[in-house]
Amino acid sequence: MTVYILDFIIFAIGIYSLIAKRHIIKKIIGMVLIEYSTNLFLILIGFRYGGIAPILSPDMNSVQFSQCAVDPLPQALVLTSIVIGLGTLALMAAYTMKLYEKYKTFDMCEIKRLRG
Amino acid sequence: MTALPIIILILMIAGAIVAVETKNMLSAVIAAGVVGFGVSVLFLFLRAPDIAITQVIVEVLSLIILIRVTTNTDNEAIEKRIDNFANITGLIFVGLFIAFCVWAFVDMTPFGNPLMRVSQHYLSAGLKETGAANIVAAVILDYRAYDTLGEAVVIFTSILGAFVILRKHGKKKLVEKDTEEIGIPE
Repeated sequence: MTVYILDFIIFAIGIYSLIAKRHIIKKIIGMVLIEYSTNLFLILIGFRYGGIAPILSPDMNSVQFSQCAVDPLPQALVLTSIVIGLGTLALMAAYTMKLYEKYKTFDMCEIKRLRG
Repeated sequence: MTALPIIILILMIAGAIVAVETKNMLSAVIAAGVVGFGVSVLFLFLRAPDIAITQVIVEVLSLIILIRVTTNTDNEAIEKRIDNFANITGLIFVGLFIAFCVWAFVDMTPFGNPLMRVSQHYLSAGLKETGAANIVAAVILDYRAYDTLGEAVVIFTSILGAFVILRKHGKKKLVEKDTEEIGIPE
């Protein structure tokens, strides 16, 4: 349970950065921290003491394998989630660059003027 | 056995705090990279080699993207006035969040003893049903292939959005009137 709590401390640091900071890049870093800690949490749930990676080697039968491998399902779902994180990060970075071009600042409180 | 993940997690927490609190933006981005590479080392420890490789590649690419955003801009943090209300509200939310998490973790299965109901079938029958020795590949490309297709659509949409936002000129030719008028262009 210590590992879970330490993992969610990173999640909480991400939430704090997202709420309290005004710099856009700090907010993006908060989002990235939340993503990482969520992915890590899903993998932590599937871990098994003394387990092996869910890859069959030729010298073991499937009954023995299913008794000692770690959980493959969260690994499969997190694999695509990591790549989606890269895509959303690219989208956020693109918005940030356009906002900086238009307003010459990263401050959220300065970006409030509506223009056509 | 659990000492190694705890040490790496503490290192990652230190990196996260530095990333959130430092003044220089380039340092903040690189300190966020500490968290990403720590996650990939932990994935190796947790017997997930596929994800560790993917995480290293994604981390390098995201560092490149974030450094591209921070260079050629003013790198310093905004320090005109400190917003006490936002800080206090953020800390209260974080405290509540951690408290509820600890409350929820009490009922979970302990670390190292996973609850594997669906996965048991994948592990025991995966080789027979799909012919893949790597069960993770069997799950993403056979059992849940439609999920993977949907996620590929999400990635495609986000990259398309970034491309559309970042392009220099629109398809329509710019007319003199459009630059002068403020409002909805005709």
